[in-house]
Amino acid sequence: MSERSNELTDLVGEEHAATGHDYAAGFVTEIDTDTLPPGLDEDVVRAISAKKAEPAWMTEWRLDAFRRWQEMPTPRWAHVQFPDIDFQGISYFSAPKGDAPKSLDEVDPELLRTYEKLGIPLHERARLAGVEAEDEEAPQVAVDAVFDSVSVATTFKERLAEAGVVFCSMSEAIQEHPELVRKYLGSVVPKPDNFYAALNSAVFSDGSFVYVPKNTRCPMELSTYFRINAENTGQFERTLIIADEGAYVSYLEGCTAPMRDDNQLHAAVVELVALEDAEIKYSTVQNWYPGDAEGNGGIYNFVTKRGTCLGDRSKISWTQVETGSAITWKYPSVMLRGADSVGEFYSVALTRNFQQADTGTKMTHIGPRTKSTIVSKGISAGRSQNSYRGRVRMNPGAKGARNYTQCDSLLIGDTCGAHTFPYIESKLSTAVVEHEATTSKVSDEQLFLCQQRGIDPEKAVAMIVNGFCRDVFRTLPMEFAVEAAKLLEVSLEGAVG
Amino acid sequence: MSLLRVEELHVEVDGKPILAGIDLEVDAGEVHAVMGPNGSGKSTFANVLAGRPGYDVVRGSMRVDGEDVTELAPEERSLRGLFLAFQYPIEIPGVSNMEFLKAAVDAHALGRGEDPPSAIDFVRHAREAASRLELNPDFLKRGVNDGFSGGEKKRNEILQMLILEPRLAVLDETDSGLDIDALQVVANGINAFRGDGNAVVLVTHYQRLLNYVVPDHVHVLADGRIVHSGDRSLALELEERGYGWLGA
Ligand SMILES: Nc1ncnc2c1ncn2[C@@H]1O[C@H](COP(=O)(O)OP(=O)(O)OP(=O)(O)O)[C@@H](O)[C@H]1O
Ligand SMILES: [Mg+2]
Repeated sequence: MSERSNELTDLVGEEHAATGHDYAAGFVTEIDTDTLPPGLDEDVVRAISAKKAEPAWMTEWRLDAFRRWQEMPTPRWAHVQFPDIDFQGISYFSAPKGDAPKSLDEVDPELLRTYEKLGIPLHERARLAGVEAEDEEAPQVAVDAVFDSVSVATTFKERLAEAGVVFCSMSEAIQEHPELVRKYLGSVVPKPDNFYAALNSAVFSDGSFVYVPKNTRCPMELSTYFRINAENTGQFERTLIIADEGAYVSYLEGCTAPMRDDNQLHAAVVELVALEDAEIKYSTVQNWYPGDAEGNGGIYNFVTKRGTCLGDRSKISWTQVETGSAITWKYPSVMLRGADSVGEFYSVALTRNFQQADTGTKMTHIGPRTKSTIVSKGISAGRSQNSYRGRVRMNPGAKGARNYTQCDSLLIGDTCGAHTFPYIESKLSTAVVEHEATTSKVSDEQLFLCQQRGIDPEKAVAMIVNGFCRDVFRTLPMEFAVEAAKLLEVSLEGAVG
Repeated sequence: MSLLRVEELHVEVDGKPILAGIDLEVDAGEVHAVMGPNGSGKSTFANVLAGRPGYDVVRGSMRVDGEDVTELAPEERSLRGLFLAFQYPIEIPGVSNMEFLKAAVDAHALGRGEDPPSAIDFVRHAREAASRLELNPDFLKRGVNDGFSGGEKKRNEILQMLILEPRLAVLDETDSGLDIDALQVVANGINAFRGDGNAVVLVTHYQRLLNYVVPDHVHVLADGRIVHSGDRSLALELEERGYGWLGA
């Protein structure tokens, strides 16, 4: 490795990360919790269900999932390496003590402060961090805050209710909207879909639920902010979003966790359902604790996200900016059932130090003239490994379907890896599948040009990475695009200075 | 005090000696031309002035306005007014020219302890400079040098010089690969930049540019040393007789 590339490696922060200063969300909130002891059996599943006072059908649903999970082997196919997880060593439920708050006024001030610190104010007057409070034009965002296993607050519920939009925690939805939950829960990601989805189905504790009624444009951005706080606890949230005919909703998910030396498991399931002419835009800014510079600690992020375009002309769009987690294993996918339905996947995944990401998408074309677009941008630094894994499948009914895939990798330094695994399955002569891939490197010459013009190397790398990600950032809601760019910059900040 | 003072400069690349003792003094208001055969060390000299990594100064020093810059990082030298127009400008796809220039201008402003210019003022200034170089304003939106023709890249270097207004501009064969009209445009740009407060070092193979940008001094570099210096007539003589008579 050249001396210069060494410098580059330093630049993206090996030593710096060791001190942990660059992960601002790494603090722990001191709060009394109600936590189940580690271990998993049917009694634990029943206990979780009982804590939430769930109806019998829900308990049975969970138990069925648990029994299926027990039969399943741990998946090993992703391009990631980690020691076996001891599923009996994890606690499956942790919640702040006390009754669930009925309104924002009842939320524990310590929790409010936690979210404040993370830049997610839970007052309805406040806007998200970075957006000036006086700016009346700034779009308002409704937030559902999930702390460890439970939802602690949901804002703007009343204003949303006026529009007929349901935005609440999954626990509440099971009580208040059982007909919708029973109809759609597990309809997109069936219980035995995969190992982690089955586990999630058995033990999921909370998450967000959204229903947007017919011909309704959701009046504001919805967002859920996931926070893992408790030690040695898995987070298994479940999100279900249903856009009825002609509805539109844009939803954003953010995540952080404290810095801990042990790995923590996060195994979420997200299901999206778009009926005729409906559109769902789902954006993720994932910044779970990535572990330290030696590869100790960090979140194992094993997530199943899938949407189904049930109705004709429906559209589902995934955008993700992934900078955190020790290991990410995630493929937000779309089942394109309705005729002329559209699926999109825009992804930026940044890995550094010893992070491993195996991420991508599956686009399954079932209906005629369905269309999908995949734009994946992988940035690798340090000793990290960054893989794109995508599958485009054209079923026999998908006449005239089209896919366009673009997969770009950017390497920073000489010790990281980028891998692309595109799978195309098509037996249809009328389907068009296009794939483009590039790999580039932030070169010493580019850095020197920037420096010669007065730009320090750290800023130069951030600028180049930002440019590389532009096609994805522009699909994010404006204020989150700014956040995402800042997050990348912070993630790239290094030993210099 | 000289704007640039280079003394006894010895430079190695990968342990191989390239520059073998260069002395040069450039005063404010002057234009110096550096000529010499291929491989004589002209670009090495230009790059080492700018602090390019991999070029090891084994002896000697470089001073700008009296300050020794030999050990300074490239960006620090830039902030002290040293500008290099590259012989082979490289591309930064995805980063627009405008963004790149703004980042550079902001860094310089902050270096002077000033607030960066507003986006509007900056864009106006950049458009004006572009039009002076007969560059279509669309160039500002395109990726840095991305897909630019050879001549466009060279003009883009001069655009950056006009915007950053350095103390010392080192132009490494900016005239190579330019058509006749473009050469005139670039020369006009350099002449517009020239002033009492700055200086230009022109690395060139051709007398042609020197007809437009008249140098005060001409130096011949051979085998890593300045073997001959003179006034502008030296350039004309070289054009006629080549380098052989200098023992180069
Ligand atoms: N990175 C490098 N590694 C090895 N040798 C180098 C390197 N850079 C320059 N050299 C050598 O140093 C010598 C001077 O090169 P330089 O580019 O400075 O010449 P030049 O005078 O600019 O030539 P030209 O007129 O062709 O542009 C050449 O022999 C060249 O091969
Ligand atoms: Mg040269």
